Amino acid sequence: MSSFAAIETKVRDKERLTDDDALFLFSHPDLIAVGKLAALANERRNGRRVFFNVNRHINHTNICVNRCSFCAFYKTADEAGAYCMELDEVRIRALEAASQGATEIHIVGGLHPSLPFDFYLDLLRTVREAGPELHIKAFTAVEIEYLSRLGGLTIRGTLERLKEAGLGSLPGGGAEIFAPGVREKLCPEKISGERWLEIMAEVHACGLRSNATMLYGHIETYADRVDHMARLRELQDRTGGFQVFIPLAFQKENNPLGHLKNPLSGGVDDLKTLAIARLYLDNFAHIKAYWVMLGEKIAQTALCFGVNDLDGTVVEEKIGHDAGATSPQAMGRDDIVNLIRAAGRVPVERDTLYNELRMY
Amino acid sequence: MTMKEIENIICSCEQGKPLSRDEALQLLTGADLLDLGGVADGIRRRLHPEGVVTFVVDRNVNYTNICESKCKFCAFYRDLGAPDAYLLAEEEIFAKIAELVAQGGTQLLMQGGLHPSLGIDWFEKLFREIKVRFPEVQNHSLSPAEITQIALISKLTVPETIRRLKAAGLDSIPGGGAEILVDRVRQEISPKKIGWEGWAAVMVEAARLGMPTTATMMFGSRETPEEIVEHIFRVRELQAEGGSFTAFIPWTYQPGNTELGGRTATGVEYLKVLALSRIVLDNIPNIQASWVTQGAKMAQVALFFGANDLGGTMLEENVVAATGCSFRMSREEMVDLIRGAGLRPAQRTTLYGIVREF
Repeated sequence: MSSFAAIETKVRDKERLTDDDALFLFSHPDLIAVGKLAALANERRNGRRVFFNVNRHINHTNICVNRCSFCAFYKTADEAGAYCMELDEVRIRALEAASQGATEIHIVGGLHPSLPFDFYLDLLRTVREAGPELHIKAFTAVEIEYLSRLGGLTIRGTLERLKEAGLGSLPGGGAEIFAPGVREKLCPEKISGERWLEIMAEVHACGLRSNATMLYGHIETYADRVDHMARLRELQDRTGGFQVFIPLAFQKENNPLGHLKNPLSGGVDDLKTLAIARLYLDNFAHIKAYWVMLGEKIAQTALCFGVNDLDGTVVEEKIGHDAGATSPQAMGRDDIVNLIRAAGRVPVERDTLYNELRMY
Repeated sequence: MTMKEIENIICSCEQGKPLSRDEALQLLTGADLLDLGGVADGIRRRLHPEGVVTFVVDRNVNYTNICESKCKFCAFYRDLGAPDAYLLAEEEIFAKIAELVAQGGTQLLMQGGLHPSLGIDWFEKLFREIKVRFPEVQNHSLSPAEITQIALISKLTVPETIRRLKAAGLDSIPGGGAEILVDRVRQEISPKKIGWEGWAAVMVEAARLGMPTTATMMFGSRETPEEIVEHIFRVRELQAEGGSFTAFIPWTYQPGNTELGGRTATGVEYLKVLALSRIVLDNIPNIQASWVTQGAKMAQVALFFGANDLGGTMLEENVVAATGCSFRMSREEMVDLIRGAGLRPAQRTTLYGIVREF
């Protein structure tokens, strides 16, 4: 049986929390107490420093064969509003990013039905040529699986080819919720949770780092969230390849599952989820509050609840915004620095691999 | 200031000792957000042990946007004769109130610009007719600046104006236009509006006449932390001297479409000021979270930083919306939001009587 006092003792003694402990915390009514514990765990590890990076998102296509029910971004190929960027458009964005001092290009897109494998190599090469200094963080595990089938290659072979073309690391998308029952309803056409984890194991094995996400606040239970984090913690114990955990708040607009938004999910749940992630995922160095999904105010508040990363300046995010996110399209470096300072923390610009570039 | 000093202040708060201005300032500028939140949450639970969080179903009727005050932080006002200047006709106002009543609303909040020629006769006639047509609606209207303007135009004293408005059907007075109750700030952001003593004089007189009032604070524009503290303490002192404030409502300046421009206070700054308000104003029963300026997610979080009330559902709101900040909230969302925080939702009257629990 968990109790708050017992959990508190474990945290102070740096003992690992059990699944039951995490579940207990989700149901614990005292938000501030959970937050203070997470802040302690974070400060012990990261001090008062909060990371952000200067990046640019490129969503090269919204055409996707997966049609996940929580997604407001995808289109079928012949649907109005469907698009696929030319490599020139990608080049322009990468050049622009480089000239604005970005250090990272974040590329994710739909599973396009007819683009050949070589397109993705060209995509990476285009960015690398436009900005040789830019780190390319691209393709979720779901895209990697799809590309491997396109190219008739193994996962390892696919990753090696992409790496040669410029792939620097992988984002953590497509994880959603691993629990099969929920996944079946959310995204029946997407790879399974097991497969996502297998691919990430391969990613880490070939020397690439990646992130990990969790989409919450829809039809999953607290137990499903803990199960999700448990599988991530287990893989991280084996590979150590995850850099950061990013819980993503479900956005309810413009998608068939909108009505299934958990009505009890809100700002309090966001902060609790981030705090519990910090406490439970003791082998993850960083917990990120993704301001695009949370809004700037909650993301900033999260810095007092165990979070030490605010993501980046982003520029032109499409996926969360199509689903009703009301945050701005981009945040300037000054805005991010101001948010972090006003939370009493020290802003540190990082690169994709969490090397410190500059302290503010 | 050392962490030890902050800890000592937190400790004396927890023992229920009143803070000095200097101690409050140290908390605002030096304490960790969650330490402030913890103290404020404790006071909220002591004052509202049943864990009920309330809201009122209301409508803001902005009878005119014509205003002589031209505050630099305001995006709503227009000059007399401007193409989009307006003054609502009585029938339009009645139609809006009828809609409010049809939706189970209980509170009418009429607020408008400082119109150059609307005297007490206009308001008396309107309020009498509202009472006749909608006797069940609480008329919670006119901020101190408007009341002072009516007195000026009608060549009456402020006390006489309030007495006559009360006799005509004004039930209670909202505390808008307080901005920051320090004249240095008011000179900078709203030089033509009444000073802090003018605001206080209306509230003192209303309380003397037995009318309930509220107090607001708009922060995040040009004030210093010292001036925020001064505002909160002035409200505390007015209440201690016989004030009738049912609630304190801090909210943040919204810079969109305003002359003043700049940026708004961040989420953490909002929560700190809210928590400090709860701590200092333990002689005011209710603290409202401002979902209108903070959004639903932050308003929910605010329930752990001292707030026990979410204000109104606001069937209509025009003043904040004019800055481009336009969150909407239905009664159902309000209920879900409170439940999602693990608290008990209840619809209330203007005077915090429970209409219905959910």
